[in-house]
Amino acid sequence: MSFTCETRASLETLLNTIGIDKKEDVFSSIPEDLLFKGKLNIPEPMDEEKIRRKMDFPVSGTIFAGGGIYRHHIPSAVDALTARQEFFTAYTPYQPEISQGTLQSIFEYQSMMADLTGMHASNASMYDGATALAEAALMAIRKKHVKKVFVSRATNPSYRAVLQTYLASHVDVAIIEIPFDPKTGRTDMNTLNETIDKDSAVFIQNPNFFGICEPMKEVSETARNAGMWGIVVNEAISLGILEKPGAFGPDIVLGEAQSFGNPVSAGGPLLGFMCVKKNLLRAMPGRVVGLSRDKNNTQSFCLTLATREQHIRREKATSNICSNQGLCALRAAVYLNLIGPQGLRDTALQCAFGARYLRDQLMDKGINTVFSGPFFHEFVIRMDTKKRKDLIKKGIVPGVDIQNVYPEIPDGLLVNVTEMNTKKECACLIEHL
Amino acid sequence: MSYRASIVSFPEIKEPLLNKRTSRDKNKIMTPAPFDACDLEGLDTPETLPEIPDVSQVETIRHFTRLSRLNFGIDQGMYPLGSCTMKHNPRICEEIASKMARIHPADDMAMSGILEKVFELSGYLEEICGMDASTLWPAAGAHGELTAIMIIKKALYIRGEPRRTVLIPDTAHGTNPASCAVAGFRTVNIPSGDDGMLKASILKEYLDGDVAGLMITNPNTLGIFENEIRAIAAMLHENGSYLYMDGANLNAIMGITRPGDMGVDIMHLNLHKTFGTPHGGGGPGSGPVLVKKGLVPFLPLPDITHTDNRFSLGWNRDTSIGMVHSSTGNMAVLIKALTYIYSLGAFGIRQAATMACINANYLRARLSPMFNLPYPGATLHEFVLSDRDQGKNQVTTMDMAKALMDYGFHPPTVYFPLVVHGAIMIEPTETEPLEELERFAQAMQAIAETAQEHQESLHNNPVTCPCERVDEVWAARNLVLTWDME
Repeated sequence: MSFTCETRASLETLLNTIGIDKKEDVFSSIPEDLLFKGKLNIPEPMDEEKIRRKMDFPVSGTIFAGGGIYRHHIPSAVDALTARQEFFTAYTPYQPEISQGTLQSIFEYQSMMADLTGMHASNASMYDGATALAEAALMAIRKKHVKKVFVSRATNPSYRAVLQTYLASHVDVAIIEIPFDPKTGRTDMNTLNETIDKDSAVFIQNPNFFGICEPMKEVSETARNAGMWGIVVNEAISLGILEKPGAFGPDIVLGEAQSFGNPVSAGGPLLGFMCVKKNLLRAMPGRVVGLSRDKNNTQSFCLTLATREQHIRREKATSNICSNQGLCALRAAVYLNLIGPQGLRDTALQCAFGARYLRDQLMDKGINTVFSGPFFHEFVIRMDTKKRKDLIKKGIVPGVDIQNVYPEIPDGLLVNVTEMNTKKECACLIEHL
Repeated sequence: MSYRASIVSFPEIKEPLLNKRTSRDKNKIMTPAPFDACDLEGLDTPETLPEIPDVSQVETIRHFTRLSRLNFGIDQGMYPLGSCTMKHNPRICEEIASKMARIHPADDMAMSGILEKVFELSGYLEEICGMDASTLWPAAGAHGELTAIMIIKKALYIRGEPRRTVLIPDTAHGTNPASCAVAGFRTVNIPSGDDGMLKASILKEYLDGDVAGLMITNPNTLGIFENEIRAIAAMLHENGSYLYMDGANLNAIMGITRPGDMGVDIMHLNLHKTFGTPHGGGGPGSGPVLVKKGLVPFLPLPDITHTDNRFSLGWNRDTSIGMVHSSTGNMAVLIKALTYIYSLGAFGIRQAATMACINANYLRARLSPMFNLPYPGATLHEFVLSDRDQGKNQVTTMDMAKALMDYGFHPPTVYFPLVVHGAIMIEPTETEPLEELERFAQAMQAIAETAQEHQESLHNNPVTCPCERVDEVWAARNLVLTWDME
């Protein structure tokens, strides 16, 4: 069925008013030789029960995988509230008078993201962390005319890959990887001191892709010499216990906030975010909600800074982005309010406790972590592919295989523990090793 | 017809910002605590709590419920936004997508099942569009455009012809030139003919060895089918250039005519328009890119491969433009789109396009006696009115759009396309019943009449909405983007 509503009678009224005899005449402006005469190779319409049977997705029971996409507790009320049709079926809030619900909730999301990161302002969200990084680099090129983009090799590999795709057209801009210390797993800032200048942008992920916390004070002392520098937050839950990234003085804090109330959902939708210092407000890409007032001076909200967007600026726009991850940002706002400051801190602590619990169990089994640096809730061990695949067959996902993206870490496996795991699950993994 | 006839009523509530309710020690939801506390060796963790509001569960639920009631959704009434295809969002799609919520991308076994499904989806999309291959990873329409333009750039580079110009008709979406700029192309605007169509004879003057391609929208944003498209495609191919089609308006033609048969080399779709997935107040959407054979080597990484019924991601495509998303796009949206296609079947897809065009033409027939119709030629799923007649009485498109809210409708797309003075772009979609179309026509008629006799009153709408006209200039000037800046 196509969810149309016509009846024989209403169709007659429709066709008569238009002044055509039969339905197909509505396509008379399409050249005859372009009309598709065949039958689409698509199944017959299905009823809901048939669809339910066809769309059944079994999930593994025990999962220790993160790598940029994390399983966290999602309070039931997040689903209930965001399933309200007023939110999920609405369009982009271009007409503020009938979109105050979307607008105010996004304004609250922006406020919370700015507070959590310790930055001045946030945009209304972006596709994901990787495109947020790419857009931040484009902003540095646009605003500061940088010629070198330094990015830690301990930054999420897919973020670096997307950055490379986006910067391909900037042939005069080089992407330079900052190596990591093979012992600690921390980014080796010493190699950088001399090369960083105002012509460069620097991006450091913290905690980095290996779960290791970077020495942010040292990082900032070097990175502040760049034309623009940013901190990438791959796991937003870490904001619950770590020093606010803004405290280290970056120009931008960006990354992935899927962990705030959004399920892992086979990898998407995700929730990219970008927060900036005051001087970059007008250079920031993406949609932004601002406070305003209506004719009666009543507080209200609307999309703002539209004059830098593509509807008006077309090829001169700051970015081609025309949407945000609206519903995902709403989920984040609802989530943060439901768990509150203590809940966010407790959740982050549980992740850190759990990761240490499993790490200790693995060590007892003779499996050591590859890196010695302090970690948040993720660490790298070695496990060969066969072993990993055997475990998956048993319904245990022991981590994210990283040996293809880091050939220098053969058999590298990134193991993650969150508040969704249990001691029993840890025991189950250990038992099957 | 009076405002009171409106079937949508908004509550008279002003919901304070959440930071105004916050206080310490509110009774919160219990967060899971499966592990015992231990020493966090070397991890610097300040004692201060993160700065977010502290409100109880009930207050949170009331807050967002009240906010939701200040919004207008499709289930409340017609949403005739031109080129946005605001059709009914079937609930079965939401239900099915929720079943995949707990699948982590590293869960190879579970992912195989999901990849099998989205691979099936890509086959259907290719079939509907008459294209050879596709990528599903772009997260939105503009992201799809950018991906496609990067593919063209890479193809030309590999061919050893680094061309720099993309041609764009004056009726195109603003994202088209913006996407080209991000990919490092310069854009040249092409005027359409007096009938709103792009002419091969006009295009000819713009073609030279530097033209990488043309971005066309078909039907275009005036709702008009570009009937010279085949000649245009041939002319571009002759010149070594690519024909890109913006698929924003596919809802008009799916099952009726296929872009691949028109000579299109590469295109993007908006699953959140044509394939019934919700807009979510701005996203997540999904913008798959479809190509003809010659462009397959440049599609983004990864692709989907399968052996022995096991589906996985493939990374062997040497000439790919690379990754465009940190994972594999908005997977839940892809599964919703597949569910939608299952519901419609081949017949329903054709029926949807047919009724979308019939509904639009009905409204056009009803409204054209009252409003200026700048392009009187045949249109498909949408049409564009101008405010020229009402402008004589100092009534603008903005006034009429705001007045429609008081009659219980979301306004159409306004002031776009730019080629029409005070454009009012109306796309009712196939899911509106005749009664609702007629109610909309009557509301527009009432507004047209008011514009003749009591035009001053139209400067004050809306009057029944949660707020009156919002001062967008004030917002841009003062730039208050967080509650701390208040």
